[in-house]
Amino acid sequence: MTEIILATHGLTKTFGALKVSNNISIDLRPGEIHALIGPNGAGKSTLIAQICGTLTPAAGRVELMGKDVTHLSARKRSLAGLGRTFQISALAMEDTVLQNTVLGALGATGNPWFSLRPALKNHALRGVAEQALHRVGLQDVMSTRTAELSHGQRRQLEVAVALTLNPKAFIMDEPMAGLGSEGSKQLTELLDELRVEAPILLVEHDMDAVFALANRISVLVYGKIIATGTVDEIRANREVKEAYLGDEA
Amino acid sequence: MIQETHFNVFILALLVAIPAWAIAVDEPFTVTLMTRAVIFAIAAVGLNIALGLGGLVSLGHAAFFGIGGYAMGILAFHQQTYAPIFEWPFVIEGTKSMPVIWLVAVVASSLAALVIGLLSLRTSGVYFIMITLAFGQMFFFYCIGWSAYGGEDGLSIYVRNGFPGLNTLDPIQFYAICFSILALVLWIVSALAKSSFGLALNAARQVPHRVETAGLNTKRIQLAAFVISGAITGLAGALFADLNRFVSPAMFSWQLSGEIIVFVVIGGVGRLFGPVVGALVFVALEHILGGLSEFWHIYLGLLLLLIVLFSHGGLIGMVCGRKAVHD
Ligand SMILES: Nc1ncnc2c1ncn2[C@@H]1O[C@H](COP(=O)(O)OP(=O)(O)OP(=O)(O)O)[C@@H](O)[C@H]1O
Ligand SMILES: [Mg+2]
Repeated sequence: MTEIILATHGLTKTFGALKVSNNISIDLRPGEIHALIGPNGAGKSTLIAQICGTLTPAAGRVELMGKDVTHLSARKRSLAGLGRTFQISALAMEDTVLQNTVLGALGATGNPWFSLRPALKNHALRGVAEQALHRVGLQDVMSTRTAELSHGQRRQLEVAVALTLNPKAFIMDEPMAGLGSEGSKQLTELLDELRVEAPILLVEHDMDAVFALANRISVLVYGKIIATGTVDEIRANREVKEAYLGDEA
Repeated sequence: MIQETHFNVFILALLVAIPAWAIAVDEPFTVTLMTRAVIFAIAAVGLNIALGLGGLVSLGHAAFFGIGGYAMGILAFHQQTYAPIFEWPFVIEGTKSMPVIWLVAVVASSLAALVIGLLSLRTSGVYFIMITLAFGQMFFFYCIGWSAYGGEDGLSIYVRNGFPGLNTLDPIQFYAICFSILALVLWIVSALAKSSFGLALNAARQVPHRVETAGLNTKRIQLAAFVISGAITGLAGALFADLNRFVSPAMFSWQLSGEIIVFVVIGGVGRLFGPVVGALVFVALEHILGGLSEFWHIYLGLLLLLIVLFSHGGLIGMVCGRKAVHD
């Protein structure tokens, strides 16, 4: 049996009358990209929030490397190895690209206490940050203020910041949204090589990217996983076609 | 647009040149005014760490200013009455030594900031403002009733406290002490802003959930910033008490908390020299307009309105443009 990096067991969450996560059990195995697809409002981001610890489930568990992390804060889960990108960019807009990336590395590589040394002159931090920026292709805009980046560049920066944690598993919420075809192609290549370092739970609406990348796909509709399988299995699944894919399959 | 570092050097030069000129033409009162401005500047530089870098709008910083003031008042009062502060379990005497008084002021205001910060950082936004205000008011009313130390009337200290090797009664020498402390504090704050701590604090203001995702404890970072901020404002309070040789509950008033915010806003929130420019402008207006009309605050209000409406980043923002990014 292969070791499982990340797993949820029966995660359940309701918002009033809306059952936004209905007994969700999915897992992430070494070396894979597990895509999570589903219509708008299906509960994908809500599921990610529970996995990452920003939202508490009503029932169920989250396990990282076989360890129950259900009661750890988001901060502790990051340190335990969950590297997350946000659907809505969570970046310090007044700061530069490099500053945002150095900040990402700070918790894992450095510490913010008892030093008046400039953060950007800390070679360890800066090394990690610059390497991450090279990998996503933002090396030429390192000293640009984040507010001045294009939407696509902000998506790339989200990924770079997650890279700095050197995580055990990546959780990415729509990293390709708004990237444009050139940007999606670049990021698809990056994710393809990244899965070897750490498996990726990928929420994505861009079906070309999903079909090109995913080892497995889970389909979430109205808070329920209606199918999990390989690309071919999912494309052939009638229920999935009706609920989400339509003609795209 | 003038580069901000050039403008900062210009302000520092003014802080040296004006008192030097005042001594040359024998205008000691100008030196005293400048001392007042420099001490307000220190208090506001302290607030700017919480407000500008941390985004923590504290309407209670007078608490720390007052604690610094009373640290000086109480220590010096016991020295001038020859009555020890404690006799049991061990004897603690008063003192007239500035360095000792500063140390006590810094430690006491840090502790107060730690407690106030722990409680008020559980909230945010307008609740944070109200809780800090409430704490300031608690100190204010406590001191009004604290008859051992003058209650409402406050405490007068007959002779300014001493500093080894200097004659602190000479206005220019006392000014030099205050100016040196301001310079030191500015240097620390500028280093702090660029440090890893400053980076995290700055980001915690903009996107707290990102800072947590980076594995950092946002609240702890903000609390540390609040403590450093309170400590610096407390030190300013001790100097202010020494300038006036007098402390009273007015040092704890919410109006004073408001004025410290006004210094920061006039000069530029989050700008290193913003609080310095704000305090200078405030003291200048207070002196010039205050001589013309009792209602000079109206003009101050008008200035504040113009700055808030038409500039992002106070007077420094007007002169130097947007804040440059570090590289
Ligand atoms: N805090 C909340 N309180 C109440 N309802 C919420 C809350 N957060 C999300 N919802 C609702 O839960 C449902 C699922 O939202 P979620 O953001 O998880 O969807 P999603 O699958 O990520 O959609 P999208 O593809 O548009 O990103 C939506 O109907 C949303 O309105
Ligand atoms: Mg979503």
